[in-house]
Amino acid sequence: MLLEALTLQLGYNATLVTIGATLLGIAAGATGTFLYVGKRALVSDAISHATLPGVGLAFIAMVLLGGDGRFLPGLLLGSAVSAAIGLLCVSWLSTRTRLAEDAAIGAVLSVFFGLGIVLLTVIQTMSSGRQAGLETFLLGSTAGMLWNDAVIIAAGGALVLALVVLLRRPMTLVAFDAEFAASTGVDVRRTDLAMMGLALAITVVGLKIVGLILIVALLIIPAVAARFWSDRMGRVVGIAGAIGGASGWIGAALSATAPDLPTGPIIVIVAASFFAVSLLCAPGRGVLAAVLRHRRFRARVHVRQGLLALAQEQPIYEGLTLRLMRRAGLIRADGVATEAGRAKAARALLDERRWQLLRADPRHEAAAARYDGLTPLETLLTADQIAELDRALKPEVAT
Amino acid sequence: MNLTLAAKDGRNQPRDEGRAESPLAVRGLTVSYGEKPAVFSVDATFRAGAMTAIVGPNGAGKSTLLKAALGIVRPLSGKVTCYGKPLAKQRGRIAYVPQRASVDWDFPTRVIDVVLMGLYRQLGLLGRVRAGQMETALACLDRVGMREFADRQIGQLSGGQQQRVFLARALAQGAELYLLDEPFAGVDAATEKAIIAVLKELKAQGKTVVAVHHDLSTVPEYFDRVFLINTTRVAEGTVEEAFTEAHLHEAYGGRLATAQMSVAG
Repeated sequence: MLLEALTLQLGYNATLVTIGATLLGIAAGATGTFLYVGKRALVSDAISHATLPGVGLAFIAMVLLGGDGRFLPGLLLGSAVSAAIGLLCVSWLSTRTRLAEDAAIGAVLSVFFGLGIVLLTVIQTMSSGRQAGLETFLLGSTAGMLWNDAVIIAAGGALVLALVVLLRRPMTLVAFDAEFAASTGVDVRRTDLAMMGLALAITVVGLKIVGLILIVALLIIPAVAARFWSDRMGRVVGIAGAIGGASGWIGAALSATAPDLPTGPIIVIVAASFFAVSLLCAPGRGVLAAVLRHRRFRARVHVRQGLLALAQEQPIYEGLTLRLMRRAGLIRADGVATEAGRAKAARALLDERRWQLLRADPRHEAAAARYDGLTPLETLLTADQIAELDRALKPEVAT
Repeated sequence: MNLTLAAKDGRNQPRDEGRAESPLAVRGLTVSYGEKPAVFSVDATFRAGAMTAIVGPNGAGKSTLLKAALGIVRPLSGKVTCYGKPLAKQRGRIAYVPQRASVDWDFPTRVIDVVLMGLYRQLGLLGRVRAGQMETALACLDRVGMREFADRQIGQLSGGQQQRVFLARALAQGAELYLLDEPFAGVDAATEKAIIAVLKELKAQGKTVVAVHHDLSTVPEYFDRVFLINTTRVAEGTVEEAFTEAHLHEAYGGRLATAQMSVAG
């Protein structure tokens, strides 16, 4: 069943939804990366909640004009306008008043959302509003998705993606170093608004599938997950797009396998599992890698300290040091150094003496900065330099 | 004839002298955060081909002057010209090294990517980085001794190394005027030497260098001109003319440590 859904063989509606969700996910992941690295993730939450009054007002306006209140392009246009007003409110409050951005976001988010809920309630009481089903915009609803809806999502997603490609350099520059960006003539405020405008477009396009409450997850989670896998902005954007797209595809397919499974929330859960895997398993930044790295580092420190103690014939008391050294064959079970252990200990002591000499010498300032108690000096200096150090070391060793 | 003599003599020259050719000239510049001006009605004409230090006490508006001159902060009043023209038309001739604190160090970007940012104007929105441009970027890293770090994430560097990468980015901009905001703040001695060597190289190539500088003891050694500021302009000229005990006293008031005074004097 799931395999059929994933390969788009589960009927017309499921296929439309899956393709739409995939495109939306790709565009949201790529756009969201710029929000995330620019530390503007929460602004998108304000934007998405600010769509709701626009949906309500557009419905009322279309009914009053004698049209169908549920006409999707009209509703999306209304949501875009009110989200834009919300965005400008946040921008104005945080730059022109004493309000910090987080407070401005909180204020705009709750006021607009509250207003939207009031409007939806009013619409419920209107004669033509009983079947409006506008509340589906809160969490998305794909049950009645039409060909036209899918086309809007696909076209909107593709347009946003194209704009992200076009604006990637100024947006990266502003997010990384706004002052430098301004000095090269980039309009920082406009670039920022353009970035938020793209997030707004994603929100509006995603209303039908994911809904306004969860769209922020689709913008941010793929970006956060992708960050674990690369230190290069271009790659993070690409990986985030891939994770977003995969989440949309798998999520939509999963929700199609059983009736009444909500598409939007399942897409978000799939994205979250990509995040969990990235958090744990990514090389470099992942949690497991960090734990392993730390354990390896600790082991090296213990062995080095143990070797230095051996060389200076001091007793070793720490259990972990003894265990590690026994396992490495450096000491016997009774704690006496093996042949290999004695040789290694002598080398460690020599290395430490060389380091001491080097660090006392101002000419070697650059190399001395690399001292970490572990790195053998042979890996940093040439054989000639080592020989020179050893010549200075000789008299000391002799005494 | 008389006029040229007067200009050479340097005493009766009008305030605007040299503004047309100056790489950077500001007039009547006032910048205010809130209702207290950080920079008040400042005139400054930076000399082409010179290394000028902008010097003054903490909060005297040194960085603000630089940022306003670059259009990073919007001045309340005043005019900025760059090589005699409005700034907007001259961006390609300017390179800027901001204070290190202005950057997010966990950003997903490698050292080489940061240097390539200096080429963004040249690349435009969609242009691909060509092999020649990559060579330029690597050569800039070479000049500051950071080539071997090209593939590191920027946050893995020490403060001094980060500053050198910023300088490499400014070099990649291929500018004629280099503006630096506290380039020596919080860097190690080796980096300070490396940076000043590059700046002197730029001067030798006829470029103009203007740097906000806080360490009075190194001013005469590093720079040939000084712009002293304490919200308003205190003095401007060669180190001998402007960096005098009287001017420093005027700029710093009682805040100047005697040790620094004796070095400066």
